[in-house]
Amino acid sequence: MATTENLPTAEAERPIGFGRLKRKEDARFIRGQGTYLDDIRLPGMVHGAMLRSPYAHARILSIDTSRALAHPNVAAVITAKDLETLGLAWMPTISYDTQAVLAGDKVRFQGQEVAFVIATDEYSANDALQLIEVDYEPLPAVVNARKALDPDAPVIRDDKAGQRDNLASPLWEAGDKESTDRAFAEADTVVTRDIIYPRCHPAPLETCGIIADFNPATGQLDIYNGNQAPHAHRTVYAHVAGLAEHMIRIRCQDIGGGFGNKVPVYPGYVCAIAGSIVAGVPVKWVENRTENLTSTGFARDYVMRSEMCAKDGRITGLRVNVIADHGAFDSTAQPTKFPAGFFHIVCGSYDLQASHVQVKAVYTNKAPGGVAYRCSFRITEAVYLVERMVDALALEMKVDPIELRLRSFIAPAQFPYETTTGWTYDSGNYAATMQVAMDLAGYNELRREQAEKRARGELMGIGVSFFTEGVGAGPRKHMDILGLSMNDGADLRVHPSGKAVVSISAQTQGQGHETTFAQIVAEELGIPPEDVEVRHGDTDRSPYGLGTYGSRSTPVSGAAVAVVSRKVRDKARQIAATMLETRPEDLAWEKGRWYVKGDPEKGALIEEIAARAYSGEELPEGFEGGLDAQVIYDPPNLTYPYGAYIAVVDVDPDTGHVKVRRFIAVDDCGVRINPMIVDGQIHGGLAEGIGIALMELLSFDEEGNCLNSSFMDYLIPTALECPDFELGETVTPCPHHPLGAKGVGESPNVGSPPAIVNAVIDALHETHGVEHIDMPCTPARVWAAMQGRPEPPQ
Amino acid sequence: MDVSIVVNGKQVTRDIEPRQLLVHFIRETPGLTGTHWGCDTSNCGACVVLMDGAPVKSCTILAAMCEGHEIRTVESLERDGRLDPVQQGFHERHALQCGFCTPGMLMTARALLDENPDPTDEEIRIAISGAICRCTGYKNIVSAVRWAAEHEAAAKHGDGLRQEV
Ligand code: FES
Ligand code: FES
Repeated sequence: MATTENLPTAEAERPIGFGRLKRKEDARFIRGQGTYLDDIRLPGMVHGAMLRSPYAHARILSIDTSRALAHPNVAAVITAKDLETLGLAWMPTISYDTQAVLAGDKVRFQGQEVAFVIATDEYSANDALQLIEVDYEPLPAVVNARKALDPDAPVIRDDKAGQRDNLASPLWEAGDKESTDRAFAEADTVVTRDIIYPRCHPAPLETCGIIADFNPATGQLDIYNGNQAPHAHRTVYAHVAGLAEHMIRIRCQDIGGGFGNKVPVYPGYVCAIAGSIVAGVPVKWVENRTENLTSTGFARDYVMRSEMCAKDGRITGLRVNVIADHGAFDSTAQPTKFPAGFFHIVCGSYDLQASHVQVKAVYTNKAPGGVAYRCSFRITEAVYLVERMVDALALEMKVDPIELRLRSFIAPAQFPYETTTGWTYDSGNYAATMQVAMDLAGYNELRREQAEKRARGELMGIGVSFFTEGVGAGPRKHMDILGLSMNDGADLRVHPSGKAVVSISAQTQGQGHETTFAQIVAEELGIPPEDVEVRHGDTDRSPYGLGTYGSRSTPVSGAAVAVVSRKVRDKARQIAATMLETRPEDLAWEKGRWYVKGDPEKGALIEEIAARAYSGEELPEGFEGGLDAQVIYDPPNLTYPYGAYIAVVDVDPDTGHVKVRRFIAVDDCGVRINPMIVDGQIHGGLAEGIGIALMELLSFDEEGNCLNSSFMDYLIPTALECPDFELGETVTPCPHHPLGAKGVGESPNVGSPPAIVNAVIDALHETHGVEHIDMPCTPARVWAAMQGRPEPPQ
Repeated sequence: MDVSIVVNGKQVTRDIEPRQLLVHFIRETPGLTGTHWGCDTSNCGACVVLMDGAPVKSCTILAAMCEGHEIRTVESLERDGRLDPVQQGFHERHALQCGFCTPGMLMTARALLDENPDPTDEEIRIAISGAICRCTGYKNIVSAVRWAAEHEAAAKHGDGLRQEV
């Protein structure tokens, strides 16, 4: 049960939905009673384990599974040959490419799936992996994206007809070249930077896994799997496995974090399904941490060159060229029409004269992915780039970085604002939000402190970033994934007692949907949030929709819940009119109750109306009875949250170690349904941003060996690397969302890395002449930059 | 081999492989899947339990080594329908999101408060620094442990503890 004593209900007789309601889902988690994938045990269940390639690029000459099959506890070993007979050797990716489920001809990245063992227990399955003999002929590997298109580069995807190079997707452009050339010709200042957003990984604390349970007698396939988009997965499985979609049921119970990593379908899932179909018993497969880091959806890996120009003291133009490293298979997760995702939001929060963006993608011998890591479709890369460029320009112009931003912001009167790359920003008052951040930080005081410290030889840096995101994909006319519109359903049933169940297609991985979505119904119907059960994570018990990623839960699914609640409220009005013997238009609404205008004593509570709706008494003419409704919500536009972040760092002059001493985050995500949960989302994203800026990196040696394949080398911030975050807010409602809300989950991850890197450079520029440093700002890399030898991360 | 371990006050005896990790032993005991695992290298702390009162990473200990020892897991925190103050604190201060790190964090916090009933924020951060939370950014976890420390102190002085989740 949620506790509500902290809700602002003091004077209100009826409960108010919005506010700092403590979470309903906590009750099971604090008792250790959550149900995560690996907690589920089905009768007769067997266990899978995956054999993976030790090479980044090699031909497979032979695979000998006989010794593994002889292991007393092994039930089966599946290789590409077996999958070929089932038609399952290759599967489609989210980007209309194909990916080998198990490698047959070649392995194309280290960690690629080669054979799947099924045994009675996990220990035996892993033992048997050692008994499989694979004969490889190693091939030269392509590791560096900049060299992937060299004429002598080995062709990675020789499986694709007509593929003669490593181009994964052709040049894609946004903005306008000519007017951008003009802006640069007229400019008085131009800066150029090569900037890498290195490969990193969402690494949720719970790794990926599945249980597939195929019933040969009925043809029903039950899947248990923590994924972020259960309905879309079901459709994909129907296509991949040729099973009837209505005979597939996916249950996502509790999910131990996702952050984009749990969006795709992975080869291990397909193998478990194939295994269960063949063996007729449930097959569980759970990856270990190394498998998670080396083979499942990575994030970023954008190699960027950019120029930015200014005229008369304000930013006027931007040019960007990107090489996107997609790894061995293009499984980047983007809406179909957007091969570079929403990267072209790169003009940021500024009123530019012109901009031009070019992106091309290459194959390399690295793991596939390019999923978000708490990022709405490449916006993180875009924001990082533009916010680094603004700082570079400010440095060149010798103006304060905040001053340059304030001069160049889109003004409040310009909204809705059409950007030079085609986005329509909904609402904003950027300067006001920047000011709140400056006040919270004590910006001028910090600058004074920095000068004093500098005089004493101490290295302190202050870094700023100001981001605008476009989240809540998306409008059906522009956005789909694999032909599925990016809409979400909601189904609300109010029972005769006035208690309600709302079913949604969004999929929580910790975002607190069971609480927030109950609050939306509570707010709209005026019933207590405790009386609203939120149902999700089961394709048999929830309406179709595309799930949770890209900060889309509140913008799309939240809107669906608001709209469906209003539909129910309208239905209640009709019934109330009959009950009160008046016309619906003569009724007025207050929280939880329709009453007669001019006679407020005369009214009907929602629970009375619900009782009536199911009763044998008179209902409005033509009414079917019951109090429920269903919607599919098609958002008219994205929502555009924004924020001003300020990082204060200290750099140890003797070691190059960076400590984030303070972090000030002022977010404007429109109306906040549950400010406690919003704050929590921001804290979590800031910690991830600190990780990306300072520690997290997936790097490779020249042979394509992953150098960060466990938490020993892929470093995740602990409580000691994170400061006591200082949050602030402004509220500029979204004009087109029914609740005025915007998405927020990803903002902190998007906005924090540039603030931290800008702070590091701010600490080192004057004394050490550092103009740029690529992430992660580890002591070794910062030290090298201080010595005048900055190194790219790969 | 036969191993006998006291888990949450109950003797659990089972025939196991000598190489079985404690975390797997615990998780195979009916009803005790609250102890999680999140890595292969003793870095994440999702598996923390108390062994004779001290926090240990149960993925780094063989079950066989625990013969005759007493293990406490997250499931033991609530007693007679009363939540432990650290559990209540995590709820009050929104110190969990996906909940996957929570059992390990709770046991770590319990051990800290048993040893140091009035820790500073810095001491709390050091105590939980062996564990990773990917969701909360730790701020609210620190605040939750403070909440628990304060309410535990108050409870000792007779104010009692609320039970609300
Ligand atoms: S499972 Fe990660 S430390 Fe034990
Ligand atoms: S709450 Fe998700 S890892 Fe801590």
